[in-house]
Amino acid sequence: MSGVTAAADGIEQAVRDNSIRLVDVRHAEQYEGGHIPGAASLPLGGLLEAETPEQIARLAGEAGVGDGTRAVIYDDAFGALASRVAWALEYIGHRDVLLLEETYSGWAAAGRSTGTGGPRGASERHSVSVQPGLLATADYLESVMHRDGTVVLDNRERLNYLEHHIPGAVSLPYVTLGGEGRILRPPGELGRLLDNRGVPADAEIITYCGSVGTLSGLAYYALKSAGRSNARLYAKSFKEWRGLSKPVETQADANYWDLSAG
Amino acid sequence: MDAELERRAEGGAPDWARHEEADEFARTVRLFRAGRYDADSFRRFRLQNGAYGTRMTGDYAMVRIKLPAGEVRPEQLERIARLSEQYSIGSAHFSTRENVQLHWVVLEDVSEVMRGLAGVGLTSREACGNTVRNVMCSPLSGVCPEEAFDSTPYALATARFFLRNPMSQNLPRKFKFNFTCCEEHGMARIVDVGLVPRIEDGVRGFRVYLGGGLGNKSYVGHLLEEFTPEEDLLHTSIAVMRIFDRLGDRKNMARNRMRYLVHDMGWEKFQALVLKERAVVKATQSVVTSLQVDARPAEVRRPVSVTSGADPEPAGYQRWLSTCTVRQRQPGYRAVFVSLEAGDITSGQLRSLAGLVRDHSGEGHARAGFLQDVVLRHVHEDDLPRLYAGLVSAGLARPGALTMASPVGCSGTTSCNLALTNSHRLAKEIQKKFLEMGLDGHDDLRGSTIKISGCPNSCGQHGIATIGFYGGGARVGKDMYANYQMSLGGRSDGGAALGATCARVPAKRVMPVILRIIEIFREHKSEGDTLGGWLHRLAAGAGAPGMESVSDVKRAIEPLLAPPSKEEDPDFYLDYGSDTGYHTKTGRGECAA
Ligand code: SF4
Repeated sequence: MSGVTAAADGIEQAVRDNSIRLVDVRHAEQYEGGHIPGAASLPLGGLLEAETPEQIARLAGEAGVGDGTRAVIYDDAFGALASRVAWALEYIGHRDVLLLEETYSGWAAAGRSTGTGGPRGASERHSVSVQPGLLATADYLESVMHRDGTVVLDNRERLNYLEHHIPGAVSLPYVTLGGEGRILRPPGELGRLLDNRGVPADAEIITYCGSVGTLSGLAYYALKSAGRSNARLYAKSFKEWRGLSKPVETQADANYWDLSAG
Repeated sequence: MDAELERRAEGGAPDWARHEEADEFARTVRLFRAGRYDADSFRRFRLQNGAYGTRMTGDYAMVRIKLPAGEVRPEQLERIARLSEQYSIGSAHFSTRENVQLHWVVLEDVSEVMRGLAGVGLTSREACGNTVRNVMCSPLSGVCPEEAFDSTPYALATARFFLRNPMSQNLPRKFKFNFTCCEEHGMARIVDVGLVPRIEDGVRGFRVYLGGGLGNKSYVGHLLEEFTPEEDLLHTSIAVMRIFDRLGDRKNMARNRMRYLVHDMGWEKFQALVLKERAVVKATQSVVTSLQVDARPAEVRRPVSVTSGADPEPAGYQRWLSTCTVRQRQPGYRAVFVSLEAGDITSGQLRSLAGLVRDHSGEGHARAGFLQDVVLRHVHEDDLPRLYAGLVSAGLARPGALTMASPVGCSGTTSCNLALTNSHRLAKEIQKKFLEMGLDGHDDLRGSTIKISGCPNSCGQHGIATIGFYGGGARVGKDMYANYQMSLGGRSDGGAALGATCARVPAKRVMPVILRIIEIFREHKSEGDTLGGWLHRLAAGAGAPGMESVSDVKRAIEPLLAPPSKEEDPDFYLDYGSDTGYHTKTGRGECAA
């Protein structure tokens, strides 16, 4: 295991050894219908409803993630939901969290074992030590967005970006981040993409997407894997930004929507 | 033999790519952004590599992917799908010249697109700029009942010869080759070099048409000689290009296509020069410069026989069968035309299409057509219902591919810098309306075409349409509205001719005007007439008394053309796809179909 992802090989053994806690963030019903053996359920939906870091810590504990646990998280949505959960754990001070390098479907399609057996071990206690440096609030974003050395990344699809985006944001759709059956492309490729875009290695990078920080959560980990660890997630993303009537930019005088088919 | 020829000799598919070009592009963009590369040189470099500018912004490019002879393999379609999601808008666009275009690509990502294309043997190299553009071939070449022989291998060999050839890197202007199957299926007389295969005394060769082209001013090509034997093909092409290179106008952007040279010099003189130059080329070029034509017959197999269990007659099947497929010269097989919405196709549809090509095309690849469409060939007749069902579930079974209900529309204001109107959306609106009305089923409208350009530059090929339009603006007082110049009676076949200018038609009156013209046609047509044939006669002033020429048509539609006041009809002053007031706004032109 290296970087921000955990390889699928070796997961089953690590679960048996109890050296990791595997966390399934899909809906509870999906989890009940079959999951990676030994995984605990911590649906993203529940976590997003948690209002305080303490509530997040409690949910983590219930899923068997204690302060010192190595958590490996997976979803079935190209890593975006898993990323959002992983980020939330980091935000409340958890240090040891990885993303499974492939999705549940990928895992199952590769013929690896699935089942309905629950996790071993009891719930744990998780303390709270909020890491404000991982989060961008709207106010924070607004205060730094025009600063040299700060890059704002928009991870929605290109047409949404063209329609409106946070002023000065750079468009990097989430689909550029994964590929070939992996939730993240190799760090070298991601690094090349960012280099081409002229994103300085030491830039502070703030990622955002449409509403709850899932697509941009994946981007957060893509940045980390490419060695750009000075990153923050604007978790409430463009939905909040619009709701607060903050300034937006649009691509004017072009009927780009009429190019899209279907 | 170079590596590519070796690979082909082993039966591999063509590889047009050079992997190192992506790195070079990325490097050059960085230098340009750092101010170490001047804007004009960068622009030339960018175009040479197939990346156009985009409407109102220097931050985005349109990447034009060449499909030489129109051929595209399933894995290439899948790769384009993926690249469109990653770097474009989640859909791709088939052009009228067998290119696939990805719009709204961040300039800094173009190199990533190039890298992805190279992985499946595709290139955007020399898809733009003053180069030999994509070498086209009729989508029916190889299956056309009228053709003398299949010209596809010659098109591929020509593309191969000129791609990255020093000779074609800095021409006075772009240069276009079209190979076709027969005179009827056309497009040979509207390009710089158009080639129609022909056999004389058992010898293969071509009828070569020179100096045609559509644009601000359009011309129909001239026949060089009755017959150009195969062995003279390359020498002829080189000779023409050398003359153009030497004598073409490099100063005046507006008049630097070869057709102007031919026009200014006069055909006889130009013809004599070409024949003389060809003799020189023949005498001086070494033997290496011969076309490497892969003349092996294409392997055709019927992929899967999966007819059992398929519904033999799904709903809508007959309508689709009669308006979207043609019989091949190989008995029992058909070519299937997939009509897109003005060329647009989503990434999901591209993937479905790739699967359908694998399962149903006997040659294992698809071809791009002339009408922003895709063609699956060598489909066994027994497999058609199943293919149809697959197209239906992919949302690709629109009827009317071969009829007037599938208009061509260039990209217009959706991305082109020069556009004055949203020609693209207008084409889609016409398609929707005409399919609803069932116009695709009318026999007397068969073979007629509607083509729309967003400005006089003709990327939408309006000049050869039965009913063609190009965009402009007009005003009432200070209120502007989108307005199209309409021409009637053009055609692209052996009798190629440009339409005759008829009238200016406001964008929001285009559909009523077309429908009115159909009515007039039906009032005046004679037995067996088609709209295309009838309008072609009128364009030449040879209609029947009462409706002799396009001016008579103009008179009959005039009541539809008068602009209402803004109070009466505010919608009239909005272009399609726009909810704010119309204004003309353009940037620097690079011209993009
Ligand atoms: S330049 Fe070409 S693509 Fe652009 S609007 Fe004019 S005809 Fe259409």
